[in-house]
Amino acid sequence: MTTPERTVTERVDERPVQQPVTAEEPVPARTFEIKNLSIWYGEKRAIENVTIDIGTNAVTAIIGPSGCGKSTLLRALNRMHELVPKTRLEGTVLLQGKDLYSSNIDPAIVRRRVGMVFQKSNPFPTMTIGENVVIGLRLNGVRDRKFLNERLEKSLRMAALWDEVKDDLHKPGTSLSGGQQQRLCIARTLAVEPEVILMDEPCSALDPIATAKIEELIYELKTKYTIVTVTHNMQQAGRISDYTAFMYLGRLIEFGPTTQIFTNPKDRQTEDYITGRFG
Amino acid sequence: MRFETAHQHTWRKIKSGLACTIALVSGVLVISPLALVFCYLLVKGAGSVNWDFFTKLPTPVGVAGGGMANAIVGSLELLAIAGLIGIPVGVLGGVYLAEYGSARISSFLRFLADVLNGVPSITWGVVVYGLIVLRFKGFSAYAGGLALALIMIPLILRTTEEVILLVPNGYREASLALGVSRWKTIIHIVLKTASKGIITGILLALARVGGETAPLLFTSFGNRFWNHSLSQPIAALPLQIFTYAISPYDDWHRQAWAGALVLVTGVFFVNITVRIVTRGRGASVV
Repeated sequence: MTTPERTVTERVDERPVQQPVTAEEPVPARTFEIKNLSIWYGEKRAIENVTIDIGTNAVTAIIGPSGCGKSTLLRALNRMHELVPKTRLEGTVLLQGKDLYSSNIDPAIVRRRVGMVFQKSNPFPTMTIGENVVIGLRLNGVRDRKFLNERLEKSLRMAALWDEVKDDLHKPGTSLSGGQQQRLCIARTLAVEPEVILMDEPCSALDPIATAKIEELIYELKTKYTIVTVTHNMQQAGRISDYTAFMYLGRLIEFGPTTQIFTNPKDRQTEDYITGRFG
Repeated sequence: MRFETAHQHTWRKIKSGLACTIALVSGVLVISPLALVFCYLLVKGAGSVNWDFFTKLPTPVGVAGGGMANAIVGSLELLAIAGLIGIPVGVLGGVYLAEYGSARISSFLRFLADVLNGVPSITWGVVVYGLIVLRFKGFSAYAGGLALALIMIPLILRTTEEVILLVPNGYREASLALGVSRWKTIIHIVLKTASKGIITGILLALARVGGETAPLLFTSFGNRFWNHSLSQPIAALPLQIFTYAISPYDDWHRQAWAGALVLVTGVFFVNITVRIVTRGRGASVV
């Protein structure tokens, strides 16, 4: 029995040479410039020769089936993939023109500029709601109580959580509902004032109402932040993103404005994927 | 697929009943020694446990009364010394194994720690006798504490490592993604999340070495009187019990029973404390 995925695998292998994929019109202001990026986990190549620009104050969605390398690409943007032992990287990732991987750059500094929200909401279980929000600042050496309190309220307001938790700041972060926990994690990320927020399937564990709230939040946050999100949900990519990148088997198959990718994909595989023929 | 016959059904019920009975008997066998020992201690020792037992020094042979105040305080001092050495080394070693060590070094150290856990405790007494007692020409509280610490270290190391590995990776990632450095993440996030488990491990290790006699025979030696300097021999509850139990005097035998009762009760209370610590708020994962 041949699975649909198998046939597409074969189709990918039939392509003689991988042409560099770029958007039709260049992304106007670029936060990330990624050139010829390949990443290996041990012997296994997770992504291969990816070249893509991430626009400033825009939402870029990375879509593709499981195991296509989209999370690896996302994590390469704040060097989180390095937590896996024996990773190797080739190519360059420029953040505002500066190489993230040059030897004199501390990954902690990169991560302060490029925050991340995870698939599974992970507020720290030993901390209250308030402590969870300001922990990034506190562990980075901020002591000023007044400043912390201001930032606490500001971050929770931006994450659209303030009104729901303002009287419960001393309660454990884990006492909140799943959707609230995820917004708490977003507030925690916002509190250190990064330039970019990476989101790794931020809604995949949430119900539709909580998902709608996060999506609305993403829409508001993009006025201030550059957002890159990985999602399995193509409707979601269509709703929230300005640019969409489609990845398959570690390669970037197609990248462009979301409307174009969803209404007029250039590549047959993109079309197959977004119409649900595989993946 | 066919349904079972009536005969098969009966046979299956018999097997199930048999297995249940064996499990129940095993359970009773496990619990009964503890219950019996504790009851016997109560019968034999409770009569001698009184205020004097906790406040007075041992009396010479033939003089009635007296207590084990010096041994109780001595045991606490020895545990304090053992804790001061053993807890930091054990916890930090566990952190290394769980967070930093490469797979190869970690599995080697883990194996070593397991071997060390199996070393008879008297061996540690001999080791410390050779290293400290002979060199400084005298038994001391320091030597006794060190011997107990050496027993505690592999115990604490392994439990710390295990509870740290139970901390979900998501918390480490969340902290690192905030731009927090690795060591701050370990101290403020990982250790804090695992703290209940680590405290449990420490308390259980203290309870374990609190009852050790053999390693103290060559190191802290025991003392009939109050200890005035940690570089002098010091009394300990298990040692005192040992001395009294092998003596030919009925008075001393009664004191030994009382000492054993106090020691077992102490260990029991440590275990209860562990229960309370680990129950706590539902927020923590470990």
